[in-house]
Amino acid sequence: MTDRSTPILQVENLQQHFPMGHGYTVKAVNGVSFEIYPGETYGLVGESGSGKTTIGRSIIRLYNPTGGRVRFLGQDISGKMSRGARAVLRKNMQMIFQDPMASLNPRKKVADIIGEGLDIQKRFSSRSEREEMIAAMLKKVGLSPEHAARYPHQFSGGQRQRVGIARALIMNPQLIIADECISALDVSIQAQVVNLMKDIQQETGCAYLFIAHDLSMVKYISDRIGVLHLGYLVESGTKEEIFSNPIHPYTRSLLSAIPRPNPEIEKHRRSVQYDYASSGIRYDQGTPQHVGGTHRVLGTREEVERWREK
Amino acid sequence: MSEEMKTILDIKDLDISFKTSAGTVHAIRGVNLNLCKGETVAIVGESGSGKSVTMKAAMGLLDSNAVINSGEILYTYTDESGQEQTADLLKMPKKQLRQQINGQRIAMVFQDPMTSLDPTMTIGKQIMEGMFLHKHMGKEEARKRALELLELVGIPDAEKRFRNYPHQLSGGMRQRVVIAIALSADPDILICDEPTTALDVTIQARILDLIMDIQKKMGLSVIYITHDLGVVAKVADYVDVMYAGKIVEVGNVNEIFFAPCHPYTWGLLSAMPDLDTDDERLFSIPGSPPNLLHEPKGDAFAARNQFALVIDEKAEPPMFQVSRTHWAATWLLHPDAPKVQPPPELEAMLARARKEAEKYL
Repeated sequence: MTDRSTPILQVENLQQHFPMGHGYTVKAVNGVSFEIYPGETYGLVGESGSGKTTIGRSIIRLYNPTGGRVRFLGQDISGKMSRGARAVLRKNMQMIFQDPMASLNPRKKVADIIGEGLDIQKRFSSRSEREEMIAAMLKKVGLSPEHAARYPHQFSGGQRQRVGIARALIMNPQLIIADECISALDVSIQAQVVNLMKDIQQETGCAYLFIAHDLSMVKYISDRIGVLHLGYLVESGTKEEIFSNPIHPYTRSLLSAIPRPNPEIEKHRRSVQYDYASSGIRYDQGTPQHVGGTHRVLGTREEVERWREK
Repeated sequence: MSEEMKTILDIKDLDISFKTSAGTVHAIRGVNLNLCKGETVAIVGESGSGKSVTMKAAMGLLDSNAVINSGEILYTYTDESGQEQTADLLKMPKKQLRQQINGQRIAMVFQDPMTSLDPTMTIGKQIMEGMFLHKHMGKEEARKRALELLELVGIPDAEKRFRNYPHQLSGGMRQRVVIAIALSADPDILICDEPTTALDVTIQARILDLIMDIQKKMGLSVIYITHDLGVVAKVADYVDVMYAGKIVEVGNVNEIFFAPCHPYTWGLLSAMPDLDTDDERLFSIPGSPPNLLHEPKGDAFAARNQFALVIDEKAEPPMFQVSRTHWAATWLLHPDAPKVQPPPELEAMLARARKEAEKYL
């Protein structure tokens, strides 16, 4: 594993706005900053529309960020990218998408889907080497090399997601953005895919940006967590800091809503309601307040003091 | 199930197969299910286990290639003249089912509110539609009732929302509208097919609370179809665990969550991390569900079951009774079977769950 003290990804004040016409702009991400260290898993949670997917897509440059800076492996990958920065980004950052059926080309064989990155970057010297690499990758994600000649529709959901993972992994990336990659799968298959992701992390030392709304799974897989709401990072810290000492009212409401597989607890659980409009909190006026360790909460000094007392 | 509770829906030995170009898929292989008045039953299982098909059969919504091999779905209701009637929904003519049962007595809430609402109609109109058809209400009366329903499901500003189209509402609001539509004709039974899968956790909790509140107010019987055990723990009185077209374990909610007997239920419970799980690996059920194109021999779960016995490959296990309300179909419960303990990770999790639950008992 490489040096663990310098982050591989630094996101500073990232903004992503989408002009909708008629002078109206959707401000999906408003000044989000975080960093990811080699070999760790950073979880991004929040409700739908909070901007978690947009952040992932802005980082990997499926969108052009409106403002802020993103540094990846020492290269600036926001704004206009140099040829070198682009090569570093495309080689070392990969993405696993939510719906494997929608993200795999139905007219291509699995071998060609997995090998596409290799083809583009010409990472092999002969056809047999390419085939070997693909077969090895299939084995690694728990499929057999015979599957290479099949089409995506011939697989079950869990197997398809494995193909999606193989496609991302074959480039040997240092950062994988996993955008809701287990949400579409059955519970028993989710566990298989999560175990696979953990195994791969141990083997290759890659880092994950794990985007999900299932908080118990995020807690299980992540080292550090960022909580997003309305495009603002309202709270961030290690998973212990967030789960045992949530400070921001939105985080508290989110954690209180986690369904627990325990009927007695569920019957007595009352979730904390949180409504931004009536809460009197203005996200644009808060600044990240440091509350110990790596734990940061968005708000004014007085707000954070007040929340901590509760 | 207690004697004084009146059974309202009784599914007996339901067996359904689908004719496809690849052959016959035996999707439902003898399902028994019992719903009492005012009660909530949850059907849990992976996709393809047949939980939706079972409920679609009750609604007469099966695809045209479905063949009902045997079984009956007995529905007990009070007709207009106050007489108690029992009818077999499978034998009822389609027309009668559409006019008298669907939407009126048995209503359904589907998974994705965006696809179950008509995008070209205002939500007010969609809520009133059922009342015109089933209750023959006048326009004014229906409008009044629709506004009441919108308030009941917690939509603020009902007057204004009444004229909105589905795309103007958020996902949670849309699902509330779907629930309002389902309730528009005062049904006896509400079938919720993955009602919160498409929603966020915060909104999910609110929608479930809402359904539970309404259930109490209107004395509804509710069937949940879901794969989310958190949802089941919150809402269910009884749980039916389904695997490969069969119910493999039935019990009340505490029995299923604190003392499960079937290895498949063990797998389901331990595949879902609770907030205290810190194991290196999640326990996962190996493999994937069987393809019902090829009828499994013996126990359908045997191939994925680390506790499988020799007999599992030869004969299908019957339902063994564990307690008055708790049954499971696994040979492990046979008196001659070796004593098998659940996996240690699960044991630890169950112990934690029982301990946490004690605080409330």
